[in-house]
Amino acid sequence: MSSDLQDLYQEVVLEHSKRPRNFRAVPDANRQAEGYNPLCGDQLSVTVHMEGDVIRDIGFQGQGCAISRASASLMTGAVKDRTLAEAVALFEQVHALVTEGPSAVDVESLGKLAVLSGVSEFPARVKCASLAWHTLRAALEGRSTSVSTE
Amino acid sequence: MSTPGFDVRRVRADFPILHQEVRGRPLVYLDSAATGQKPQAVIDALTRFYTHDNANVHRGVHILSERATQAYEDARESVRRFINARDAKEIVFMRGTTEAINLVASTYGRKHVGPGDEVLISAMEHHSNIVPWQMVCDAVGAKLRVIPVDDRGELRMDAVDALLTERTRILAVTHVSNALGTVNPVRELVRRAHAKNIPVLLDGAQAVTHLPVDVQDLGCDFYAFSGHKLFGPTGIGVLYGRLDVLEAMPPYQGGGDMILSVTMEKTVYNRVPHRFEAGTPDMAGAVGLAAAIHYLESVGMAAIAAHDQALLTYATQALSAVPGLSLVGTASEKTGVLSFTLADVHPHDVGTILDREGVCIRTGHHCAQPLMKRFGVAATARASLAFYNTPEDVDALVRGLHKVREVFQ
Ligand SMILES: Cc1ncc(COP(=O)(O)O)c(C=O)c1O
Repeated sequence: MSSDLQDLYQEVVLEHSKRPRNFRAVPDANRQAEGYNPLCGDQLSVTVHMEGDVIRDIGFQGQGCAISRASASLMTGAVKDRTLAEAVALFEQVHALVTEGPSAVDVESLGKLAVLSGVSEFPARVKCASLAWHTLRAALEGRSTSVSTE
Repeated sequence: MSTPGFDVRRVRADFPILHQEVRGRPLVYLDSAATGQKPQAVIDALTRFYTHDNANVHRGVHILSERATQAYEDARESVRRFINARDAKEIVFMRGTTEAINLVASTYGRKHVGPGDEVLISAMEHHSNIVPWQMVCDAVGAKLRVIPVDDRGELRMDAVDALLTERTRILAVTHVSNALGTVNPVRELVRRAHAKNIPVLLDGAQAVTHLPVDVQDLGCDFYAFSGHKLFGPTGIGVLYGRLDVLEAMPPYQGGGDMILSVTMEKTVYNRVPHRFEAGTPDMAGAVGLAAAIHYLESVGMAAIAAHDQALLTYATQALSAVPGLSLVGTASEKTGVLSFTLADVHPHDVGTILDREGVCIRTGHHCAQPLMKRFGVAATARASLAFYNTPEDVDALVRGLHKVREVFQ
């Protein structure tokens, strides 16, 4: 396998895509949004339980490719117990990581999310990696309409 | 695998784009249903037109305008011959299939579809043969009805008669499905619709590239296709309409060329086909399309169809042997389109890994979301064949699919 493919489909990515974490609707959600990638028909929903400013619980559901599932799964782990502002800051870091590559961000600070760095070599897959994050942001900002990557 | 009277190596030599390496491997192009590659003859025709003949058509008294007009009208005649229309006036140059269907929907459709009427399409239409009709139906309060598709991807012909009612104003179906490859029994559909005086539009975007098409034999009222899929340039396409039907239709867009005279009080519209070609047309596109048609005629559509069938059989067998692969669309009559899913690997991941092997396929819903829903998938991977493809291309696809399985084992 070519090395950029190996970077894209890292073990952690494949593992999260096969067994996504928090793949459920949060029972007492008070924020939620739908995300849609019209290019491929992928759809996912993100549900969040906020306590004040803090994300206490988060889940996602829907269908998508390995990259979008892994990114969503990793996202739920990364933003739990973070504040809204921290989650948005993380989103911006991840966006820079998948569009510009690891040199554009402080990779250390991203923890497990760093495995998404391989996406930057695949411009056609950036939308897959960012769908869950766009959807989360819409949920946090209380936008009820569904977001689209287009 | 070989087809009598057809030499695929000679054909390939005519397509410069095929002879390159991508991602360090020889290019394997299996996405011709999205757009076809162009033979040198088409590229040269465009260069020649712009180098020697370019001027506006139907307007100037000078030599270049005369040449450009001649080339443009000769192209119309080439299209007429290619689909065996009776009269070159039945050929309207459009931007593509999409515009052709929109023209019929918003002229013929707006005139004849009224409140409570019905428009009949099928469950395997491309969005471009769904949305324009939805727009008409929404605007006038008519109903869009749909011929269902069975598990193999064939039209449920047993459902058709009941769907052709006294309220049906037009039947619009695809000749060949872009997502499944199904060749529909369009002659029979036309016969049944005409028995109830219902006109028929056929979306030929995926048919003209694989089969000899004879609009008189099909008997349809409208036939639409795109130049870019037919190995010609982008930006040009064709609406065929039976002369009496076209002549009774109101114009589409207003502007130059589509008029005979204009005063501030009244405009007299031009005769067909010019009535439907407002503004400066894509002259070079028409010339390029004609060059593509001449090229196809020199190879022979019958030979192209035979090669397509042989390669489809080869590819169907080869893909069926890949563990976990399941074909979506297994109609008894098909063209070289292989839509599939691979175990629970998402088509996007299949496409990305194949791309790294130099193999270009399409993944997604193929602008046929209702059809994807019918088959219970959000997307498929689709390899589509053209007459320049070889068994070796199919072998490269299969090798790539084994790579996908390795990654996702
Ligand atoms: C069956 C079918 N109809 C219509 C279209 C639309 O063609 P175009 O985008 O060239 O207008 C396509 C191409 O995508 C097609 O495959």
